[in-house]
Amino acid sequence: MIEIKNIYKSFAGNLVLNDISATFERGKINQIIGRSGSGKTVLLKAIVGLHDINKGEIIYDNIVFTSLNFKEKKEIRKQIGMVFQGGALFTSATIEENIIYPLNMFTKMTLKEKKERVNFCLERVNILNANQLYPTEISGGMQKRVAIARAIVLNPKYLFFDEPNSGLDPKTAILIDQLIKEITDEYKTITIINTHDMNSIMEIGDNIVFIHEGKKWWQGSKHEIFNTENKELNDFVFASHLFQRVRNGTNGSHR
Amino acid sequence: MRLFFHFGRYFALMAKALAKPEKKRIYLKQLIIELENIGINSVGIVVLISIFIGAVITIQLAYNFENPLIPKYLIGLSARDIMMLEFSSTMVGLILAGKVGSNIASEIGTMRITEQIDAMEMMGVNSAGYLILPKVIAAVIFNPFLTIISIFVGIAGGWMVSVFTNAVTQHDYLYGIHAYFCPFYISQALIKTVVFAIIITSVPAYHGYYVRGGALEVGKASTRAVVYSSILILLFNLILTQLLLGK
Repeated sequence: MIEIKNIYKSFAGNLVLNDISATFERGKINQIIGRSGSGKTVLLKAIVGLHDINKGEIIYDNIVFTSLNFKEKKEIRKQIGMVFQGGALFTSATIEENIIYPLNMFTKMTLKEKKERVNFCLERVNILNANQLYPTEISGGMQKRVAIARAIVLNPKYLFFDEPNSGLDPKTAILIDQLIKEITDEYKTITIINTHDMNSIMEIGDNIVFIHEGKKWWQGSKHEIFNTENKELNDFVFASHLFQRVRNGTNGSHR
Repeated sequence: MRLFFHFGRYFALMAKALAKPEKKRIYLKQLIIELENIGINSVGIVVLISIFIGAVITIQLAYNFENPLIPKYLIGLSARDIMMLEFSSTMVGLILAGKVGSNIASEIGTMRITEQIDAMEMMGVNSAGYLILPKVIAAVIFNPFLTIISIFVGIAGGWMVSVFTNAVTQHDYLYGIHAYFCPFYISQALIKTVVFAIIITSVPAYHGYYVRGGALEVGKASTRAVVYSSILILLFNLILTQLLLGK
């Protein structure tokens, strides 16, 4: 379990995260949701240690991450796979080189073993015969899948996704969601996704944390989200006419 | 106060870059790549500029040494000493600050804004060590060779002037470049080159590593990197010249 306790983070005096506490469970899809600018990306990056927090605790399976030194944090990070919003693939390296990179850095596998592992991960994300292509030569959806392949290559215990569906068409977004769900079930990872995509929330969200203006306003499951009394969450969830009609039980095909 | 902030952050970054590599073999591979990028790929421009500057220095010296009381061999001697004392270390350093420095700042800066550096950190890789250390070592290893090449080619440029013009005879020029040779001039040129190599690589790396924003900011960081590297090269040139040759 990942636990965050009373997290505060400010940038140049501007409080971005204000006393946030939450828990994220293993084998579940944990989602941090909220409007653009609500602080969810900062929260995700704070949890993985890319942003130092001003106050609070982040605990990975009973290890207080925030009190570890640089070297100890590095050891935890080897167990983390992260997919960034833009993929963050190394643009000067081929897809194979991108995925083999963590193996080169942290394993003593032979080249043959490493290539087998790369091919296994690429097959797992349904990418075939693209090993020698560069990231700029493949589509956005494929880049996201390559980033997922790179994130799982070291069998991580924790998986983080920063807006995995941004810039993708709805069908590809659903495929990415399904892939994340399958990988979470398969590897029993603690998966945390930062998103504002309502389709994704309704498809795969097991444990949802709603952030608004840097504060946690609500935590629950996708089944509870439609019946909440929380005004800010309602404004976020039912921002579109489609979801308003879903709530009112009317046919979504007519205005 | 901003100056102290940048000093502190620069030295903290360098300390991080000097941390023990995760895997020496990977860093070695990266070093070989950087030797090519920073070193071998700069040979062409260094040769081209040195040969022309060597020739121009010789022509200008010949033009100014028209007094019959001044022996003509001094043209070759002066051309040689100018190349060794200033041009091949400092001027080549400034040229490389432009070529290599902007390249390093834009490469690392682009990696920063596209979250590639964050991705490395998330994997548990020391991004500063992996991206900066091989570049600094490659420049420290290769730049002395560039300086030596520049000295020889510059002197050869001057010799070509003696062959193709009447500015100075071949005999006088060749006698001049052999006369009163001080081996320490080579040592001081190499000492300067090593210091400049560290500046040329680490200062742009610093500017690229901490860039924030988008493509425009990467461009600005690249320009800043070249400007600050050049200023530091000139400053350290003054300090080192006084320390090595001053009385």
